[in-house]
Amino acid sequence: MADTTASTSTAPSADSVLAPSPGALMRRRMFGHYGFMFGTAALLAILLIALFAPLIAPHDPLGQDLARKLIPPIWHDDPKATWVYPLGTDMFGRDYLSRLIYGARISLLIGFAAMVISGVIGTALGVAAGYFGGRVDMVVNFIITTRLSMPVVLVALAVVSLIGNSLWVVIWVLGLLIWDRFAVVMRSSTQQVRGLDYVAAAQALGCSTTRVVLSEIMPNIVNNLIVVATVEMAHAIILEAALSFLGLGVQPPEPSWGLMISEGKGLMFFEPWLIGIPGTALFVLILSINLLGDGIRDVTAPENRN
Amino acid sequence: MLVYALKRLGVAGLVALTVSFLSFSLIYVSGDPAFALAGETATEADIENIRRVYGFDRPIVVQYLDWLGSALTGDFGHSNYLNTDVASVIFDRLPVTMTLGACALAFALALAIPLGVLAAMRPNTLLDRFALTVAVIGQAMPSFWFALIMIFWLGITWRLLPITGTASWLNFIMPSVALGYYITPAVMRLTRAGMMEVLSSDYIRTARAKGLKPVRVLFKHALRNAIIPVVALSAVQFGFMLGGSIVIETIFAINGLGFLAWESIQRGDLPMMQAIVLVLACFYIVLTFVADLLNAFLDPRIRVS
Repeated sequence: MADTTASTSTAPSADSVLAPSPGALMRRRMFGHYGFMFGTAALLAILLIALFAPLIAPHDPLGQDLARKLIPPIWHDDPKATWVYPLGTDMFGRDYLSRLIYGARISLLIGFAAMVISGVIGTALGVAAGYFGGRVDMVVNFIITTRLSMPVVLVALAVVSLIGNSLWVVIWVLGLLIWDRFAVVMRSSTQQVRGLDYVAAAQALGCSTTRVVLSEIMPNIVNNLIVVATVEMAHAIILEAALSFLGLGVQPPEPSWGLMISEGKGLMFFEPWLIGIPGTALFVLILSINLLGDGIRDVTAPENRN
Repeated sequence: MLVYALKRLGVAGLVALTVSFLSFSLIYVSGDPAFALAGETATEADIENIRRVYGFDRPIVVQYLDWLGSALTGDFGHSNYLNTDVASVIFDRLPVTMTLGACALAFALALAIPLGVLAAMRPNTLLDRFALTVAVIGQAMPSFWFALIMIFWLGITWRLLPITGTASWLNFIMPSVALGYYITPAVMRLTRAGMMEVLSSDYIRTARAKGLKPVRVLFKHALRNAIIPVVALSAVQFGFMLGGSIVIETIFAINGLGFLAWESIQRGDLPMMQAIVLVLACFYIVLTFVADLLNAFLDPRIRVS
């Protein structure tokens, strides 16, 4: 990259060669960061698979056929294994690959939607606490402490079981429960930025509070917000899988990865792939989201790496 | 120190009060509790009767204060499904969950602190990268899936460990690992960051300069200071683990509070659910309070601010 800039400009000044532009520096850090690259690529692949599920999936994810139940995946040395069902079929004869592909939609939808809900709540609380300080800070701190003392999995299970489970109930219950990290991080980031000169300058110019927060504070804490967003999206996906695994999340016959593991666990001694395949999918998805988050943190704020 | 402790105690009390109200309000999450209790075939008169007998016709605040008053004296009501009082069942199951939580925490600390120290001693080496990889992989593995993998290999294929129940200490190994590994990344990162900071400080240079043995510098001088935030984190994570053990206890059929919670949720046993949420939340509140005090005691800088 440095070569091209040097060759295209006829007379490069010493500064432009020695100090690459901030954008070029950022790009160089991004491409040099293997975790970031892997996370982005894997997440993008899963996202595309989820978006184009109807085009990619070879079979109907809900289509049962007991005559074809429990066909092992293709890498098993078994006469029943066939390329028609590359990942095999489950105990109802449903194509495991198609269920896996449609399951990506559910994980991503729940993870993203719950993250947005909790992000809005947590950011509003955290920025308010950090910006106003004093009483507001005390109240927000109190709300955060109260929220942290409620056991998430237990409360989520209890509330979902009492309201009745549907996809959107799970999303809202998770979204309303996991905003604590957003609030904690946004609060401390806002506190750091609030005392800086340009914020004081904007206040002195008579900007409204909304304007100071939106155009002076937010742009400077948005990096931290994105990092927390990745952590919480992964968190929501794990929680959904755990809820579905315990039978109180996404309901059969929908293909949620947590539910697939739950359905397969009774047969896992003879058909271990039934839990191995959806578990690996879950692992890769969460790993790629976490690597992306770590990567964004390293690339945008390399001084915090250690 | 006393003022600080009293302040923290006041906050803890207030949080406990709020949490108790939230636990109580669980019975109104689904709407009318009398309707839920009566079942689908009940007539209007039956529902009215239940409403009177259980006191659901009173104002909510009165019901809450009544429930709170009994809870404070150790009476959490009656479980219709088990036909016993809730408190005795909970205190029956609590020790099992506490043992599981303690074992899980011990496992996590035993793995995370040495890894964190080693990583801090040799930053950006193969060892550091290895520790980081362990952390990243640990964070991405859902604990219920990890538990099933262990059951498959250690329990069924190689028959090394029992897979259900609490008959002996062997039964606790897999659940403790499954519950504890999830917090190792956080503990490891904190230990590593703390050690790196301490190792580059002036007093460590002095200790080295005056010719102390490296081992002594590392453990007596450095680790002691680096471990302070880890103590607080451990207390908090212990609280989280008690709440999170519901998944692990269900998988390994361990008769603790988490399994009881799951059974109660399945049965719709509301008094039991309310009591378990309240008890676990109070445990967390007490643990964070103790952690705050311990932190302030170990690090005088916190007391002052």
